[in-house]
Amino acid sequence: MSLDKATVSKIARLARIRVPDEDLEQLGDELNNILGWVEQLNEVDTADVPPMTSVVEMQLPRRQDVVNDGAYSEKVLGNAPDTENGFFVVPKVVE
Amino acid sequence: MVELTHLTIAEARDGLAGGVFSATELTEAHNTAIEAARPLNAMVLETADRARDMAARSDLRLAKGEGGMLEGIPLAIKDLFCTEGVRTTAGSHILDNFVPPYESTVTANLWRAGAVMLGKTNMDEFAMGSSNETSFFGPVENPWRKPGDNRPIVPGGSSGGSASIVAARAALAATGTDTGGSIRQPASFTGLVGLKPTYGRCSRWGIIAFASSLDQAGPLTRSVRDAAIMLSAMSGHDPKDSTSADLPVPDFEAALSGDIKGLRIGIPSEYRMDGLPEEIEKLWQQGIRWLEEAGAETREVSLPHTKYALPAYYIVAPAEASSNLARYDGVRYGLRVEGDDLTDMYERTRAEGFGAEVKRRVMIGTYVLSAGYYDAYYVQAQKIRTLIARDFQSAFDDVDVLLTPTAPSEAFAVGDKSDDPIAMYFNDVFTVPASMAGLPGVSVPSGLSETGLPLGLQLIGKAFDEETIVRTAGVLEAAAAFDAQPEAWWETGQ
Amino acid sequence: MIQGANGEWEVVIGLETHAQVVSNAKLFSGAATEFGAEPNSQVSFVDAAMPGMLPVINKVCVEQAVRTGLGLNAEINRHSIFDRKNYFYPDLPSNYQISQYKKPVVGEGKVIVDLEDGSVCEVGIERLHLEQDAGKSLHDQHPESTYVDLNRAGVALMEIVSKPDLRNAEQAGAYVRKVRAILRYLGTCDGNMEQGSMRCDVNVSVRKPGEPLGTRCEIKNVNSVRFVQQAIDYEARRQVDILEEGGTIDQETRLFDSDRGVTRPMRSKEEAHDYRYFPDPDLLPLELSEDFIEAIRADLPELPDQKKARFVEALGLSDYDAGVLVAEKEVADYFEKVVGGRDAKTAVNWVTGDLFGKLNESGREIAGSPVSPADLGGLIDLIADGTLSGRLAKEVFDAMFESGRPPAEIVEERGLKQVSDSGEIEALIDTIIAGNADKVAEYKSGKDKLFGFFVGQVMKASQGKANPKVVNDILREKLG
Repeated sequence: MSLDKATVSKIARLARIRVPDEDLEQLGDELNNILGWVEQLNEVDTADVPPMTSVVEMQLPRRQDVVNDGAYSEKVLGNAPDTENGFFVVPKVVE
Repeated sequence: MVELTHLTIAEARDGLAGGVFSATELTEAHNTAIEAARPLNAMVLETADRARDMAARSDLRLAKGEGGMLEGIPLAIKDLFCTEGVRTTAGSHILDNFVPPYESTVTANLWRAGAVMLGKTNMDEFAMGSSNETSFFGPVENPWRKPGDNRPIVPGGSSGGSASIVAARAALAATGTDTGGSIRQPASFTGLVGLKPTYGRCSRWGIIAFASSLDQAGPLTRSVRDAAIMLSAMSGHDPKDSTSADLPVPDFEAALSGDIKGLRIGIPSEYRMDGLPEEIEKLWQQGIRWLEEAGAETREVSLPHTKYALPAYYIVAPAEASSNLARYDGVRYGLRVEGDDLTDMYERTRAEGFGAEVKRRVMIGTYVLSAGYYDAYYVQAQKIRTLIARDFQSAFDDVDVLLTPTAPSEAFAVGDKSDDPIAMYFNDVFTVPASMAGLPGVSVPSGLSETGLPLGLQLIGKAFDEETIVRTAGVLEAAAAFDAQPEAWWETGQ
Repeated sequence: MIQGANGEWEVVIGLETHAQVVSNAKLFSGAATEFGAEPNSQVSFVDAAMPGMLPVINKVCVEQAVRTGLGLNAEINRHSIFDRKNYFYPDLPSNYQISQYKKPVVGEGKVIVDLEDGSVCEVGIERLHLEQDAGKSLHDQHPESTYVDLNRAGVALMEIVSKPDLRNAEQAGAYVRKVRAILRYLGTCDGNMEQGSMRCDVNVSVRKPGEPLGTRCEIKNVNSVRFVQQAIDYEARRQVDILEEGGTIDQETRLFDSDRGVTRPMRSKEEAHDYRYFPDPDLLPLELSEDFIEAIRADLPELPDQKKARFVEALGLSDYDAGVLVAEKEVADYFEKVVGGRDAKTAVNWVTGDLFGKLNESGREIAGSPVSPADLGGLIDLIADGTLSGRLAKEVFDAMFESGRPPAEIVEERGLKQVSDSGEIEALIDTIIAGNADKVAEYKSGKDKLFGFFVGQVMKASQGKANPKVVNDILREKLG
């Protein structure tokens, strides 16, 4: 599967990474190189093989329904680039 | 006077217990060594004052006879472990001002055991790399150099800083993380012991996530005994990590019986790859002989899907990473680059904050999960993972441990492979399969290459059977008697 | 069916209901779920998606989802998976939502919906899954910025997806009310749509009868039954108008503007959402044992349909009355305490007539009723045993509602006890008859209607306390 510039641009948008136009081609080449190499996985017959869901054989642990976390807004906000009155502040979203 | 920076943890432990030197002295010696080792660029943050405070408290506890398993032992911590109040960057610009308000479970375990933090080590950005050349903070140098050759050598990655600083004898030991080989391969490149436990043995809580189903914490040390001690301290069930195994932690040091009589060692034929340097094949054969001489039986085994492990890894790991790294968006912590609107802010922040390798992997990961490609790539890779795990299970019906080379080459010069991502990926060809199956692996320094650089041999064990690989590693270490040390060129100004 | 310019159109509606789970802590973290706290004060490091954080599932949230599934007569899936739904938004801190995609915890079920005209319709449930709620983005605090509060981020939601079995706004409204009632009966969601603990996404499409399904539009986050109905009516008409003019419907996500009563497309350019779902590698599959499910089933409270059937059978109530009573669990519980061993119809009338009237007037819910069920029952008893006459009972009830005091107290204090003593009443009647000889004569000559005049006079003379039956009997005797 070969990626063209438009697809690379689309992936960059999905990943929210700005890729300047002039870089799209080279990035596409790099990605195509890697994708070409992983293509060999199609050689393997996996017809009746289940995908690995978890490496460990164990039950999903469940917590008790008790409030034992949170209530430390200064710590939660402490590393934020921009806050106001206890809120995180970001440029406006166009709704 | 004993050279305080030339001790193993076990020796330091004895020295402290016996009052030969204090924790403060031990730490101060390492603080000094770390300063001297700056040309290696192995540390992104030195925490000398904190180390002194911690050492002082260790001395008080030792005086009362209340010392923990690692009391007073000075360690370097890979900058992927969140350390409360101490900047943690994951080797990335996007987190270069992040100060965690919480401590990772593994490091909390270490501090509870009495260890001392010397600082945070440099690493490949977000643990993506095998040479520590992708760090925002610049590449790390291997303390080892080829005799008569001034060129900087890579220490391996992603735990390159940890490996480098321990090999330079400026930290007694260090923590690393291993997703596809990032503890074992740098260990091999720097002449250290590097251990990746079974997936779930150590908690991932507070370790900045790269690939959730593969990441594991582990020690980089100068001896197998030290690795065993560190592993016991680091391990343990954590209810805050849903993938953490609820199993008691064995006394791994006690596993070092030195006896492997009757142990069955498998030699996977598929690891004898085209292009494998002859010296590595020779070392491998030497390893086989050493173990046989110690009373083990060796036999060929087959792991038929070995060659697919690396490409499958380079689908699964980037896929998980693309999702794990989505949180780095300039909103709640880390770098923010202003933009015209929210989307522009996200895009500029991440473009500027992430390095090229990270961006490539996030893009690959995003692509292989995207509509229309999910089944062909991600699901297929996860199915192949099942086959790889089955290969190991089958082999372990007949043998107890596998012996393989750790890396397909000696350490290479900085810049040698950085233009070819796939060539770089091949550094992990022997370590990735065990990661994909979640199995424990340890690299033991076993010899020097023809150009005088360290080479390691890897032992892979059954799930949660670190004791057997530790035991075997102890024997291998004794047989190899690897005692070469790098020349401290950095102390004399290159 | 709705009438278009050139024929009839069938409206096809499917509803996705997001119901916040009643639990102390969030789905994957130990932070609190209380509504209305200071911003970002109920946010753990996990909820804030700080580096290295990991989810651990809350067992009560799992139980609540299973309980709800059973209440919806649905299949419980013993094996289900949590998937990451990846997209970027500031109120989604990790930029993925932990949800369930192909293998939800609950499968197909059904809900019986009671309609105004007494008929029922059966609405299929497609599935129910657990997922994280997002935080709140406030866009109106600052002209260029959005403020984000993550208190709600990570609260457990059950997403209940109906099959597209609904055909009009009435059905849709009744369905939402029924689902809400079931959730409140189960105690798995408080159903408070104003506060946002329950919200609906409404999928609407139209087609000519017999044709395949038309393109649908999704109207997101509608937070009242009334708005659901208005949105459906508007959207169906909008689509019909477009199609009748020869246009096509764009599949889009819309919002309901409640001020103007219209739906409009969401302003952000509708990029094809590629959520890149994959199983969350930080979690293992959720495996539920038979025992676990059966224990929850055994513990289920009586649900609206069952309660209604019981009221009809055991208490002889009409379908209609029973339906009114069970619509809200609090009402049904109140009624049951009132009815005790008393006459059911009487109890119904008092509860749904007088009590509801007073509650509506004063803007209160039954939970805030100043009249306790015990006291209302007491009032009914006083009437039944003759202590209080029917007509004075209303006055007493009003006083009970004002003061919150028990009926016996009020009756005593105001001296309202019914007079049933035939001697006393006879004396009163004799006085009235004596003073109204002309009317007596008129009555005896055939003006039967005057009987009421005499009854009225006796009641007046007795300040309403005379036992009407005794009055009637004695008057009949005396007047002939």
